[in-house]
Amino acid sequence: MGEPILSIQDLSVHFFKDKSVVQAVNHLNLQLGVGETLGLVGETGAGKTTTAMSIMNLIPNPPGKIVGGKIMFDGEDVLKKSKRELRKMRGHDISMIFQDPMTSLNPVLTVGDQIAEVIRLHSQVSRAEASIKAQEMLEMVGISGERYGDYPHQFSGGMKQRVVIAIALACNPRLLIADEPTTALDVTIQAQVLEMIADLKHKLNTAMILITHDLGVVAQVCDKVAIMYAGEIVEYGDLSDIYEHASHPYTQGLFGSIPDLDKDTDRLNPIAGLMPDPTNLPKGCSFSPRCPHCTEACKTQDPELREISPGHTVKCLMFQNQEE
Amino acid sequence: MDTILEVKDLKKYFSTPKGILHAVDGINFTLERGKTLGVVGESGCGKSTLGRVILHLLDNTGGKIYFEGEDITNPTKDQKKKLRQQMQMIFQDPYSSINPRMTVSEIIGEPLKIYEMHKKGVSCDEEVAKLMDTVGLARRLYNAYPHELDGGRRQRIGIARALALNPKFVVCDEPVSALDVSIQAQILNLMQDLQEERKLTYIFITHDMSVVKHISNDIAVMYLGEMVEKCDAKELFHTQLHPYTKALLSAIPRPNIHDKTRRILLRGEISSPIDPEDRCRFCTRCVYAQEKCFQSEPQLEQAQPGHFVACHYWREIEEGKVKAQEV
Repeated sequence: MGEPILSIQDLSVHFFKDKSVVQAVNHLNLQLGVGETLGLVGETGAGKTTTAMSIMNLIPNPPGKIVGGKIMFDGEDVLKKSKRELRKMRGHDISMIFQDPMTSLNPVLTVGDQIAEVIRLHSQVSRAEASIKAQEMLEMVGISGERYGDYPHQFSGGMKQRVVIAIALACNPRLLIADEPTTALDVTIQAQVLEMIADLKHKLNTAMILITHDLGVVAQVCDKVAIMYAGEIVEYGDLSDIYEHASHPYTQGLFGSIPDLDKDTDRLNPIAGLMPDPTNLPKGCSFSPRCPHCTEACKTQDPELREISPGHTVKCLMFQNQEE
Repeated sequence: MDTILEVKDLKKYFSTPKGILHAVDGINFTLERGKTLGVVGESGCGKSTLGRVILHLLDNTGGKIYFEGEDITNPTKDQKKKLRQQMQMIFQDPYSSINPRMTVSEIIGEPLKIYEMHKKGVSCDEEVAKLMDTVGLARRLYNAYPHELDGGRRQRIGIARALALNPKFVVCDEPVSALDVSIQAQILNLMQDLQEERKLTYIFITHDMSVVKHISNDIAVMYLGEMVEKCDAKELFHTQLHPYTKALLSAIPRPNIHDKTRRILLRGEISSPIDPEDRCRFCTRCVYAQEKCFQSEPQLEQAQPGHFVACHYWREIEEGKVKAQEV
């Protein structure tokens, strides 16, 4: 990896509720190179979206607070930027695609105007120039430029998501954060949208973080994968590390939970139990209560990330002890 | 063969300001006791409506439904009440399908109360506790409210409620779509166990192909209110005859990095189910579409034993005589 475009160091985000503290993200480290695509995988409540929101410095405060760590984007700490600098950065350098295309567009503005708005905010162009650029963006995501004056309700779900993608890419951002971009879509439409995202990313050389719970989507689009559990990255590596040499018991459990289309299995091997309560994380390894390989040490000692092969890191005592 | 359910030419139309919406348009199938029929298709293809019409949650527009040999197409109120005891439903969204102001035991016990099971010497409390054990809910949750529970546990309540009256037949409408994969696997295993124990017959409605393959004996693929292909679950993943099924299966992102399946990208999106023309409903998106497809509607025919398909050219496509056009 050359110079990373994004580097997250020791990030912790907590949400303060009445008397309890939700530890959404705990000591997270992550790096992303120029033009790379990272898949951030985990279940509901694993802290994926919170991580993404922190990168944009969009954590609502109160109740949320980034209690520690640094987020270096392009050599600058996002968390130290002023409001003005942040406004300049969002949508221009880093942009985000949200999960639900139905609610992320303004229903009373035409889609063309919504794309033109971003362009006008971030570059010195006239109204007319912005609308020409907006039409080009529409064409790029496969919607006819003539639909510039249509309102969001005149589009189907897949088309709306294309509009959202057009808005996100309008200013050629260097980092694109896609938060479950295809979860709300049907598979055939999902295939169209994923194909398009991969295409555009390649054309514009944008780095991307794809947040999803679908391991199938990750295999299709990403270069690197980070598996999140209870606010921590428990395993990180490139596609073959994760898909062929899954090492953390949680990652193995995730793969065991998906019915395999190519094999016939009678029963699935789910992970027992439930996600831990983020206000009251277990001592030691946070996965220990559900882990089939749990030992006494796991309940008291919090494992560290260890590199088990070049570029493949795992946060589990099994690997830490082997080394010692 | 022990047929529990038979559906003949079932139709459900809705009238809308723009015309008649053909949500379910001439569905035929039979279902054997103890088996699972998976119904798959994209949103808007009528799969949920089909489930609801069979259970009489919606009135049908035409066709016949037979349950255990008896015609139940137009039941009287009394008949309906009796039927509900034997046919139940598990809903998609565990957050909106249970009453937030009732406790877990009240929700599960409600069907027992409605059917006055206490008069038949059944203790409601005991029965609820037994049901909670069956679906794996801890007894300490007996007096809990739904908001205290997570999605997986709520879905277990939904399942316990559906099973309270010991039904023979259950329609499951996307029961695991709202759940995380690890919880999804737990619920799927539970449903399979219950099926074996209680000889249940399921109709399993979903858009998730890997789930449906896992749990079904037979799979029916729906497109715009019609059944376009139906066959054994394993067979379907081996040989698909209908162009839509081929595209649908190739579109699933597989968790395998060496997967080199060529994706068949469909043009456009599902067309409108309002006043459909007399032609193949898939023709506008089909890469194999010929002139005939735009002129007449194909009927469901048996291509191989147990394998049904509704396409004019399935034979020619299989033999390679009709080629895919480039998109």
